[in-house]
Amino acid sequence: MSEKKTKRRDFLFTATTAVGAVGAAAVVWPMIDQMNPDASVKALASTEVDVSSLTPGNTLTVLWRGKPVFIRRRTQEEIEEARSVKMEDLIHPEKDEDRAKNPEWLVMLGVCTHLGCVPLNDKGDYNGWFCPCHGSHYDTSGRIRKGPAPWNMEVPKYEFVDANTIKIG
Amino acid sequence: MSDHDYRPKSKVGQWFNDRLPLLTLANHLTDYPTPKNLNYWWTFGGILTFCLITQIVTGLTLAMHYIAHADMAFESVEHIMRDVNYGWLIRYIHANGASMFFLAVYIHIFRSLFYGSYKSPREIIWILGIIIYLLMMAAAFMGYVLPWGQMSFWGATVITNLFSAIPLVGEGIVTWLWGGYSVDNPTLTRFFTLHYLIPFLILGLVVLHIWALHVPGNNNPVGIDIKKPSKDTVPFHPYIVIKDGFALLMFMIVFAFFVFYAPNILGHADNYIEANPMVTPAHIVPEWYLLPFYAILRSVPDKLLGVVAMLSAILILAVLPWLDTSKIRSAVFRPLYKQFYWILVADVLILGYVGAMPAEGLYLLIARVATAYYFLHFLVILPVLGFKEKTLPVPLSITEPVLGGSPNLAAARNQESKIE
Repeated sequence: MSEKKTKRRDFLFTATTAVGAVGAAAVVWPMIDQMNPDASVKALASTEVDVSSLTPGNTLTVLWRGKPVFIRRRTQEEIEEARSVKMEDLIHPEKDEDRAKNPEWLVMLGVCTHLGCVPLNDKGDYNGWFCPCHGSHYDTSGRIRKGPAPWNMEVPKYEFVDANTIKIG
Repeated sequence: MSDHDYRPKSKVGQWFNDRLPLLTLANHLTDYPTPKNLNYWWTFGGILTFCLITQIVTGLTLAMHYIAHADMAFESVEHIMRDVNYGWLIRYIHANGASMFFLAVYIHIFRSLFYGSYKSPREIIWILGIIIYLLMMAAAFMGYVLPWGQMSFWGATVITNLFSAIPLVGEGIVTWLWGGYSVDNPTLTRFFTLHYLIPFLILGLVVLHIWALHVPGNNNPVGIDIKKPSKDTVPFHPYIVIKDGFALLMFMIVFAFFVFYAPNILGHADNYIEANPMVTPAHIVPEWYLLPFYAILRSVPDKLLGVVAMLSAILILAVLPWLDTSKIRSAVFRPLYKQFYWILVADVLILGYVGAMPAEGLYLLIARVATAYYFLHFLVILPVLGFKEKTLPVPLSITEPVLGGSPNLAAARNQESKIE
C-alpha cells in the first residue's frame, strides 16, 4: 500500500472536500452568529444612576443590560466586617478593598454566580445576601461564603460621574 | 408474513400500489403480528402518539393567538384565557397535555425497564426513545417559558445558566443562547421558534421508533423471542387496536379530570405573575416531571459536577442495553432484578419529592443518598446482577405458561421444539 502513488484524482477529492468544508463553514457561521447579542442590545451598554437618596445601610437595585445591579451604601460595621475577613476563609479570595474602591459604596451585579437568580438583601449567615434558589450565602462584600455558587458576585465597570451619580458600564 | 405477497384487490388499488406502495404499508400495519400476551402496560405507545398529536394540534391553535414578545407574551396568554373562544380550553389541554405526555412516557420507560425491552435486538428502538425523551424535555422547558410569567423567566434563567458551568466557553455559550446579557426578548422569540420545531422532530423520530420496532416486533411480558406470525401472535388490527383504544379512553378520563377540575394543580401560582428580572421568586421549582433530575443537580455542592451529574443521569439510560448484562429480558424471571427494579422506582419517586423541597438539612441528605443509589443501580448493580443472579426457567413459548398445568404441556413442548 505504501507504494501506492498519489493520483491526480486523489488531489481532486481532497481539494474538493476542503473547498466544500470551507464553503459550508462560511454559510453555517452567520446562522450561528445571528443568535449572539445584536447591535440594539449592545447599544444599551451603560446606564447612569442617581444615588443621592440612598442612606447608609440601604440598597438600590437598578437594571443594567437586563440584569439587576445592587448599589449598597454600607454602614461602618459592614465595612469592618468585610475588611476583617481572612483570605483563607474565602471560597473565591478577593480583598474588599479591591471590590469597593470607595468603602462606603458596593456596586455589583445582583446575580448569583450559581445559576443566575437574584439574591435577597440582608439575609443569610454572613449578613450580606442569600440566594433563595439553591442556598448560596454572600457576605457584606458580596463574596461567596457558603453554598454551590463558585464565585463572588461580579463587580461591573462603574465610576462616579459626580458625587451623586454612578455610571455603570 | 404476507408483506411481500400483498396485492390490493381492486385494479385502481393495484395501479396505485405499484407506483407508491402505501397500501402495502397499511396492510403491514393492520396485519402486524403482535404477541398475544401483551398487557395494559403495552398500551402507552398508542397513548403517547395521541399525546403528541394533541400537543401539536392545540399548540398550532394557540400559536394563532399567542404573541412572542417580552412586552406582550404574558398579556396574550391572558387574552387567550379570557377573550379567545374556547381559548381557556385549548390552553388548559395544552398545558396539562404536557404533564399527561410525561406521565405516559414515564410509564412507557418503566415498562421497558421491567420487561427488558431495551435489550438486544431492540437497542436502537430504546436509544431513539431516549432521544425523543430528551427532545420532550427541551420542548416542555421552552414551552413553559412562553407565558413569560415569573416561573417562566426564572426557570429559563436557571436552566440556561447550567451551560455557564462549562469551563472557558460557558459564559459565551450562555450569552449566545440568550442573545443578550440576560433572558430577554431575543431569548423568548428563539424559544418560541424551537418550541414550534421540536414536536415535528419528535414526530419524525416516532416514525423511526415504530419502524425500528416493526423489525424485531414487540417484546412481551414473558420476554422471549417468538415466531411471527404463529399461534403466539395476533394481528394488530383489530385485537391491539381495540385494546389500545380502550386504554386510551381510560387515559383520557384522567386527562379530562385535570383539564376540567384541576387545570392549575400541576402548574405554579407564580407563573400568573408577569416576569420581573429584578425579583426572584422565593422557591424556584421546575415542573413535576423534571424534579428527580433537579434533585440530582442540587445534591452536588459543586456547580460543574452538579450539571455533569444531572446530564449523566439522563444519558446513562442510552447505554443501558450494555450496562445490563443479563440475557434474560423480563423481570418475571429475574427474582433479584425485580426487587432492585422496585427500589429504583422508589428511588426516583424520592428524588422527585426532595426535588420539590428546599435543598437543605434532611432533604439534602436524602437527595444525596438517592442520587448515589441511582448511579449505583445502573453502574454497579445491573452489570453485576447479570453474572450473579440465578434466573428462573424461561418458558419456550407464550402458550406454554398457559398450558403449564394441563396434560397438553408435553405436546406443546414437543410442537415448539419441532418448530425451532
